[in-house]
Formats: sequence, structure tokens, C-alpha cells
Amino acid sequence: MQTHKYDVVIVGAGGAGMRAALESSTRTRTAVLTKLYPTRSHTGAAQGGMCAALANVEEDNWEWHTFDTVKGGDYLVDQDAAEIMCREAIDAVIDLEKMGLPFNRTPEGKIDQRRFGGHTRNHGEAAVRRSCFAADRTGHMILQTLYQNCVKQGVEFYNEFYVLDLLMNTGPDGVEHTAGVVAYELATGELHVFQAKSVVFATGGTGKVFKTTSNAHTLTGDGMGVAFRRGIPLEDMEFFQFHPTGLAGLGILLSEAARGEGGILRNADGERFMERYAPTIKDLAPRDIVARSMANEVREGRGAGPNKDYVLLDLTHLEPAHIDAKLPDITEFARTYLGVEPYTEPVPVYPTAHYAMGGVPTNVETEVLRNNTDIVPGLFAAGEVACVSVHGSNRLGTNSLLDINVFGRRAGIAAAEYAANAPFVDLPANPAALVEGMVETIRTRDSGERVADLRRALQETMDRNVQVFRTEASMKEALGVIDELKERYAAVVVQDKGKRYNTDLLEAVELGFLIELAEVITLGALARKESRGGHFREDYEARDDVNFMRHTMAYRAPVTDVEQGPKFADEVRLDYKPVTVTRYQPMERKY
Amino acid sequence: MTATAEKTDQTGGQDSPKAGVVPSFTVTLKISRFDPETDSEQHWETYEVTAHATDRVLDALHQIKWDQDGSLSFRRSCAHGVCGSDAMRINGKNRLACKTLIKDVNPDKPITVEPIKGLPVEKDLIVDMEPFFDAYREVMPFLITEGNEPTRERIQSQADRDRFDDTTKCILCAACTTSCPVFWNDGQYFGPAAIVNAHRFIFDSRDDGGTQRLEILNDKEGVWRCRTTFNCTDACPRGIEVTKAIQEVKRALLTSRF
Repeated sequence: MQTHKYDVVIVGAGGAGMRAALESSTRTRTAVLTKLYPTRSHTGAAQGGMCAALANVEEDNWEWHTFDTVKGGDYLVDQDAAEIMCREAIDAVIDLEKMGLPFNRTPEGKIDQRRFGGHTRNHGEAAVRRSCFAADRTGHMILQTLYQNCVKQGVEFYNEFYVLDLLMNTGPDGVEHTAGVVAYELATGELHVFQAKSVVFATGGTGKVFKTTSNAHTLTGDGMGVAFRRGIPLEDMEFFQFHPTGLAGLGILLSEAARGEGGILRNADGERFMERYAPTIKDLAPRDIVARSMANEVREGRGAGPNKDYVLLDLTHLEPAHIDAKLPDITEFARTYLGVEPYTEPVPVYPTAHYAMGGVPTNVETEVLRNNTDIVPGLFAAGEVACVSVHGSNRLGTNSLLDINVFGRRAGIAAAEYAANAPFVDLPANPAALVEGMVETIRTRDSGERVADLRRALQETMDRNVQVFRTEASMKEALGVIDELKERYAAVVVQDKGKRYNTDLLEAVELGFLIELAEVITLGALARKESRGGHFREDYEARDDVNFMRHTMAYRAPVTDVEQGPKFADEVRLDYKPVTVTRYQPMERKY
Repeated sequence: MTATAEKTDQTGGQDSPKAGVVPSFTVTLKISRFDPETDSEQHWETYEVTAHATDRVLDALHQIKWDQDGSLSFRRSCAHGVCGSDAMRINGKNRLACKTLIKDVNPDKPITVEPIKGLPVEKDLIVDMEPFFDAYREVMPFLITEGNEPTRERIQSQADRDRFDDTTKCILCAACTTSCPVFWNDGQYFGPAAIVNAHRFIFDSRDDGGTQRLEILNDKEGVWRCRTTFNCTDACPRGIEVTKAIQEVKRALLTSRF
């Protein structure tokens, strides 16, 4: 076991982690620990753009953007956080341009902007051109630009270091402080303890809880799971976004930019069905509404294809040159994976699990909360792993790239400033014991349950029971499966008994997080007897502001340092936290 | 295979449009294996999987790893050709396993899968990427500007933006560099990917570091080692005209114009 000491340790090297690193590393000694090489992070898969009220092509202002974000999130957004995000969006885009990001340009040479779902002029009058973009590769360009600037600044990365535990200890003030993290080095199987004054979690989402997902194989909720096991709550986990346009059967993302550029959704009859569900902005309604409308078309027998189980994204009325200039990658996905030519044929699409609105609760300074009011000194989180909450119950398209830039930057600054004034907290005794117990137990077990079997069972039940439409019965069925999987996971086995690049072991550990998070998602969804944003209950179809305009906070008693690895024994306890409302009172959500 | 089983088992409405339409068949994969903890050298192992023509080679690898041999090691993440993790040598050609469908290679014969060449093999299909990223970092792959920063964005015409569009697509998968015979024989050569990323900035109208980068690439291990075999262009899963980019850098060196 090796021990390292840094002022700031950032966990994760996607957009939020690298944006944080750019700030932190100029201020203090910083290390970035990442499960993947930085440029493999899933920020790179984001396509359509990053909204900011630059008003480069038409009138716009950040207050309209804030309103759209709050309404898009079905009033579960903390409005102070949304105001900060939408106000700082403008500088966030300009900063990226100055770092070298190759945005598409207007005829005057300014950053070009296009329409995106739920982004409107003057509080819902009509769609507005707010999304700043680089073709349909905006996330790729953001990830590359941030990495390029990390290279320029000499940011210190520990690549393929998988953080499996958060260390905390009582500080001089008698409060639990962050003391560091424990990481598993994939190349060698060695454990590393990183002592740090500040730790920033920027580990991304947990889409692999579901089977049909746009998310990478590696998005297994590690950061959320690590924090949760150490007694830190998770907020609003029942709100998961299903992106309307995944390639049917595969879940691969086709950007909303396809509709922003004029694409139309049609059912088997060729009808533009979104006219019925969102008469004003039609195909550019927010994602929860479009996804639900699509699923409803299929359910009512108007789906296309031999099994009538998808709808069609029609780009055939667009000029091929326009498609090539604005949507080159996603049209290539359709060609490569479905053999469909988008110039002449509509593309089969169906909703795909895309984004966790919930996560580790933070305040607007990105400090992690241990309950509704108190922070964990020295612990920060930003990006999809966090819930600040700017997305409420449904994130607007492009606001995730914005979130990682605005709150990633804030996290880097806050973590460095905290470290400048704080002493190191002592490491707990035997700091790597928990991880060592967990990893070695799995690695050396002779026989038991296979990772892939358990994961398939989990993903299938989540897709069947906790997807776009949910009921008490469906969720109880899912919880039954999850309970059984928890037991079976206690006997999980891997075939690879080696130390080097043991990805078999890695997948087993990831599965543990997935099962735990699936349970939190489902329990939160079962308790929320209303429909709001991405959470739709067929048995409670209306939004219920009286009882449920509040954030869910899920807690589990922290694990103890048992040599056998963490146990799933403790019940999840649900509590609630008020929503911060500043200027927008909840009203009916129509588009 | 795994993906197939999921498609046919699924009843919830997300079925592939191809399920039940495209027949499945048995495919043989011959995979290069090497575990430095137990093996003295690389060896081949053969696996059979049931696949659809529209499945990815990555799906076949996953089926082996998940259902037959958990010790098979490879990198992957996004599974749709944008993260650059799973470049490997498939039937002798560098490709992304997630962007190569079974029908793109001849499934009647065993499909051979090897690690990309020219970088040290760490285990099975995993290579040491550090030499590759070292070369990348050496070309100063970041915007270098002089003078005062404007308060708003820099102005750039769409035509100037288009000038370097092709090379912005690079995902650093190393398929190009590890398909280059010069790189195989001379590990000091920067390789195509590093030159592509230098090109991306040399031809960006906002950048003032072109001269410094060209000086680096004028080195004896720089662009002049390129023998224009076009392997890199063929290998690029993003369709970047890599050889053309290298030629443009050579021309910029000769004419000092860029």
C-alpha cells in the first residue's frame, strides 16, 4: 500500500473534474484520480450543445434561461442554484472559447447558437436559439479542450485509479472531516491511500442501473455509492431522465439537436404526434414529456416497425448538406448501427436511460451536505454525481454541459480555498481496511454468483418496472428482485484471480454500487406518490405540490470497517428537504 | 450472444427492430492472450459465440468475458465509437471493437483480435498508452495566444473554423499511430495522432503557437519520418484524413505558411 498527500484530490476526470482541476491546480497541490483515461470520460459523448444566453443570434437573457430551467425541472429546482448556473453560463461558454474550443460560428464570426428542448424566449413564448455548439460533438470538444488545458497547466493525473472509499475522521473541532480517499490501481491491483484536505467528487452518473441506456459501461454510480456507504445522503435519486431519442434497441444517443435543427418525431401513421402533447413547442418540449409521449404512442399501438415498438425520427426533409454540417456524428451512428440512411429514411428511436438528476447533495458552493443543512468539511461534489439541484425532476437538454462547467469551476475554487485555510485531518487507523476486505473477499472467493447474471437481472427489472411509466406494483416487483440480488451479490465470484488489470473484479465492485443505487432509486420512486418531471406514476398521475414539492433525502447508516467488505444489512431511510424558491411560484407545466 | 439474448428475452417494448428478423449464427473469435503474471509470451485462444450480423465485435468480447472467461481483459467505455478506449487489431486491421459489426468482418472464418501494435502489451488486449500520450503532450496540443484577451469570444469566420475541422474529431484512440509501420520500427517517432493534434492548432486562426509546434515536428523524429503509406487514414475510426493532415504540416514547414 502506498500513501500520498495532496491538498486537493479530485475524483473523476470528465468535464466537472477537469474543470475543477484547472482551477484547483493553479492554486494548490492537486491530484486527479480517474478510473478511465481522462479523454475516455462520458462528457465526450454529449452532443447537442451548452446553453447560455449570449444573445448572439436573437434576443435572450439569463433570467429567461433560469425560468426555463425551473419550469423544465417541474419546480423541484433549487432556484438560487439555477440563477447562479444561468448567470454564470455566459462566462462559462466564453471561458471555453478562450481555452480553444472550436464552436460553430455565425456569419459575423461569433459563437453560433441553436434551439434546444424546453429553452424558450420570454417565459415560454417560442423556442429560442440558446445552445452554443460544435456540430453534434460539443461534449467531445469540451472534454478535449479541458484535457488540452490540463496538459498545458501540467495537471497531475493518476489514470486508471479507481476510488473505492472516502476517508473521514474527527477534526479538532469535534466534527467529521474529509481525510482522503482510497484508490485501487487497475494496472497492479495495489491500494493507494490519498490523504487530502479537500476531496472533490466528480465521478458522473449511474446509467448502467438500466439496460437500455445511452451511458457508457463505466457509468456505474461509484461516487454516489462510495459516499452513500459512508453515511452521506443521496438526494432525489428517483428522478432519472429517459432521453427520447435513443437508437431503438441499442439506446445509443441521438442528440436533441436533431430536433433543434428541424427533425420531427412521427408514429407509424406518419403523424407528427408531438402536436397533440405539446402544441406550442411540439418536438422541442422537454425530454420527460417527449419520452412519455413516445412511450404512450407505442403503448397505444401506434408504434412503428415489425413489433410496433418504436417511433421514427424524421430528418428526410432536411438538406443533406445541412445534416452533414450540423449532425454528422449522429447520422453516422444510424448508418453504422441500424443500417439506416437518415437522408432518405426515418430513424427508429425509443427512450433511453440518460441522466441522474439526483445525487450527492451539495449547496451552491459545491460543499457536500450531510443532512438538510450541515456540510461535510472538505468534501465537494460537482456534475452528474452531485445534486445541487439545478435540474430538479427533469434536466433540460444542454444544462448538463453547463452544470459541469459552472459547478466544476466552483468546486475547484472552493476546494482549493478550503485547503488553503484548513489543516490535514489525521487518517483513520488502518485506512485501507474496508477496501482491502471488499476487494480481496471477492477476488479470492472460489465459487458463487456470476457478475453478468446478477447485472442482467438488475437491468432487466429496472427497465421493465422503473422506467418511463411506474406503478406501486411495478416498483414492488423491482424491489423484490433487488432484495434477492443483494443476497446473491454477497456470494459474487470472479474468474480472474490475478492482480494486473483485473477488470473482472472491477465489474464485480461496480455491480455492488449499481444494486445499492437501484434500491435507492426505486424506494424514492415508490414513496413519491405523485408524477413530476422524469418520475411518472400511473397510479398518481398529477403533480402534488402540497405533499411532494420537496427533495427526497435517502440515508443509510455508514458501514463499519468489517474485513468481509460492506454489508447491505441496513435499511434505507427516507427524509425530505425543502425546495429553495426565489422568484418562480409553481404553476401548471404546459408547452 | 449477450446482446441477442437480451433482445429476444425482452418484452418491455425496447426490442431491437432487428430482433427476430436477423438470424443468429455461431462466430469463432481467435484472441491474443497474455497475462504477465503467468505467461512468458502471448498465445492464442479460441472462443465460440452466438451472434447477430448487426452485433458489434465488442458485444462478442463481452459475451466471452461475461459468460465464458472472466479473465479476458480489454478496455472499453462508451461502446459507440466516441471515447476511444477499445482500439484493437481485428483481422489484422486497427479498428474500434464497438464500431465494427460482425457483418463488417467475414464471420465465416475465425475473427482474430489482437492488441494494437507498437505499444507494450500489459495484459491481453490492453497496451501501455503512456508512450502514445507522451508524444501527444510533446506537440503542445493546446491553444497558444499572444496579446490581450478580448472580453467576449474571439471572432473566427466559419471558413477559418472549417479549416481545421477534420482534425478536431480525433478521440486519441491510437488506431492511426499503431497502424504506422514507421512507428512500429521506431518508437521515437511522434506518430500520426500527435501530428493530427498539432495540425488541429497549427491551422486554427486563433492560435499563435504554430511556429513552436512546427519546430518540434521538424525534428528528426517528426513529420519527415512519415512515408505516406496511408495506413493511418485507413485506420481512423473517425474518418479523419490523417495522411493529408500530415502532408499539410510538411507543406507548412516547407513554405512557412499556415
